[in-house]
Amino acid sequence: MNKNNLILYIGILTFGIAAPFLFPAFKVQLSILCVLIILATTWNIQGGEMGYNSFGNILFYGLGMYLCASVQVGMFFPLAEWTESGGEKTFVHTPAQFFQGMAVGLLVAAVVPTIVAGLIGYSILGLRGHYFAICTLGLGVAAGEISGGIEIIGAGQGFTTPPFPNVGNLESRGEFFYFLSFIVLILTFIAVRGIYSTRFKLILNAIRDNEDKAEAMGIQTMKYKIVGWMISAFFCGLAGGIMGGLVGYIDSTDVAFDGREMGVFMVLMAILGGKGTLWGPIIGATVFHIFKEGFWTFFLGWQYVALGVLIVVIVIYFPEGIMGWLREKYPERFGEVVDEKDRKAQVELK
Amino acid sequence: MDFLVFQYPMISVQAFLDGILLGILFALIAYGMALQWGVMNIINIAQGDLVILGGYIAYFMYLYGIHPAWGVIVSPIIMFFVGIAIYKLVINKVVDRDLFISILATFGISILFMQLMNFAFGADVVLANSDYGTTMLFNNNVVLPNSKIFSAFISILFAICLVIYMKKSKLGRAIRATAQNARAAKILGVDTEKVYAATFGINAALCGVAGALISITFTIHPYMGLPYTIRSFMIVIIAGLGNLPGVAMSGMGLGVFEEFADYILGTEFRIGSVFLLLVLILVYRRFKLSRKREYLK
Repeated sequence: MNKNNLILYIGILTFGIAAPFLFPAFKVQLSILCVLIILATTWNIQGGEMGYNSFGNILFYGLGMYLCASVQVGMFFPLAEWTESGGEKTFVHTPAQFFQGMAVGLLVAAVVPTIVAGLIGYSILGLRGHYFAICTLGLGVAAGEISGGIEIIGAGQGFTTPPFPNVGNLESRGEFFYFLSFIVLILTFIAVRGIYSTRFKLILNAIRDNEDKAEAMGIQTMKYKIVGWMISAFFCGLAGGIMGGLVGYIDSTDVAFDGREMGVFMVLMAILGGKGTLWGPIIGATVFHIFKEGFWTFFLGWQYVALGVLIVVIVIYFPEGIMGWLREKYPERFGEVVDEKDRKAQVELK
Repeated sequence: MDFLVFQYPMISVQAFLDGILLGILFALIAYGMALQWGVMNIINIAQGDLVILGGYIAYFMYLYGIHPAWGVIVSPIIMFFVGIAIYKLVINKVVDRDLFISILATFGISILFMQLMNFAFGADVVLANSDYGTTMLFNNNVVLPNSKIFSAFISILFAICLVIYMKKSKLGRAIRATAQNARAAKILGVDTEKVYAATFGINAALCGVAGALISITFTIHPYMGLPYTIRSFMIVIIAGLGNLPGVAMSGMGLGVFEEFADYILGTEFRIGSVFLLLVLILVYRRFKLSRKREYLK
C-alpha cells in the first residue's frame, strides 16, 4: 500500500512538472485548477472535517487578493495614484520589484486573513448549523459590497494588478504563475496531510459528530474551531493572492468577493469529491473544473443555468460525493473490515 | 461627509416614513419565509428570486398595456403554481434532510432563476409605472409617492387575509398542525406531502404579491434577489418563528434602519450595511444564547 502511494505521488509530481510543457495552451487553466484544488482542500478542513459549512471563505480569498495586489503596488508606488490611473501604465515595475513585491504580498495575503479569521472566529464560530452558514454568506457579500465603495483600492472601477515584467520569452508569465500555484498546492497538500494524521483531525471530527459531547469530554472546542478556521483562512488568502496576479484585474464583486461563483465553487467541489476525505476535494475540483470548462466553451451564456442545475443535482443525488460512493462500493480499500455475512445480507436486502 | 439627516430634521421624517412603508413590504416577504421555515424546516435562499420573478410578471402586464396594479392579483396565482412546481421537482427531496443541504439546493435554484431571468428579461433595471402621483405632507417638506402607500396597504390586506385563512380554513389548520408536529399530524390523517406543497405554493404566492408591489414602487433587476432573502431571514430571526406582530415590527424597523443608512453612509453602502447588520445580529444572538447556556449550567 505504502509503495503504491509513493508511486502515485511521484507520478502526480512528474505530471505536474511536465504539464505546462505537454499542454502549453492550457497553462492558465492548469494554474486555475491548482488554485481551485487549494480552495476545495482547505474548505474541507472546516467544512468537511469540522462540520461548519461556511459560504464565507470567499472573504479570506478576496482579502488575500486585494492585499497581495495592494502590497505589490504600495511597496514602490503611491497606491491611490495607481488605482486612479486605472489600466494605464504610469508606473512600471522592474523585474526585481515585481518578484520582491509578489513575495511580500503573498506573505501578507496569507497572514492577514489568518489574523482576521482568529479575530472574528470567537464570535462567528459560536453559531451553529444554518445560522453559521447564513452568517458567513452575509459576511462574504458584505465584504464585496463594502470593498466596492472604498476609493483607494479602485472602488467600483476595479484594480489592475501589476503587469508581468519583461523577462524571458512570451511563455514565462504563464510558467511563472503555473509553478507558483503548483508549489503552493504541493505545500498545501503536505500541510493538510500532516494535519490529518494528527490528533487535531480527530478533535475536529469529534466536533463535527457531536460538539456538546466533545466539550463534555474536556476538549476546548472553541479553541480548536478557531485554529481550524485560521488554517483554512491562511491557504484561502494565499490562493487569492495568486489568483489576483493570474487574472490581472480585481473587481470587488466579480473577481475578489465573488460569492456567486468562487464562494459556491469551493463548497461544491468539496461535496462533489466527498466531504471529510483527503483526496475527495482534489478529485472533485479536477472533475468540476473539466466539466465547467467544457460547459463554458460549448454552451457559452448558459453556464450559470448549467451551474444551478449542477448544484441541485449534486446536492440531491450525490451528497456523499465520489469518494463516498467509492467507499460504499469498495469498503476494503478504505481500510474498513467488512464481514462477508453482512455483505451477503445487504445484497439480499437490495 | 455632511449629514443631511441632522441638518434638516424634515429629511429624517421623510426617511422614517419611507422606511415604515418599505418595511411593511419586507415583513410580507418575511412572513412567507417564516411560514416555510416553521412548517417544512427549510431555509429558502431563492426567496428573493421568487420576489423578483413576481415583479417581472407585473412588469410584463405593464408592458402590454394593463395597469400594473392588477399584477397584485395575477402574479400570486402564477407564482403559486411556480412554487408547487419547484416543490415537486426539488424541495420534496430535501425536506427531511440536513438544513445545509436545503440551503445549498435552494442556492442552486437561486442561481438558476437569476440566469433564466437574465436571459428572458435582460439585465436592465426596470420599473412598472403606476401613475399614482404623490402626496405632500408637512408644508410640502415630505414627499410620499402614492404607490408606496398603496403597496403598504395591499401588503397589510394580504397579510390579514392570510392570517384569517390560516386560522379558519381546513388547510390552514392542517398547516399549523404539521408545523407543530409533522409525525403526529400524519398519524391523525393529514396528508403532509400536500400540506408541504401548499405551504411552498402560498409562500411563492406571497413573494409574487410582494414582487408585483416592488415593481410598482421600486425597481427590479434579475440579480437583486439575494438582499431580499437576507432581509427576510434577518426579520425572521429577530422576531422568532410564528410571532406575527414581531415580524411586522422588525420588518418596519429594518426598513427605517435601511433608509437612515442610505442617508448617512451613502447609497453605495446600503446593501453592505444590510448584510453587516445580519452578521451583527447573529453575533449578538450567539452571545445572548451562550450567556443563557452558562446560566443554565
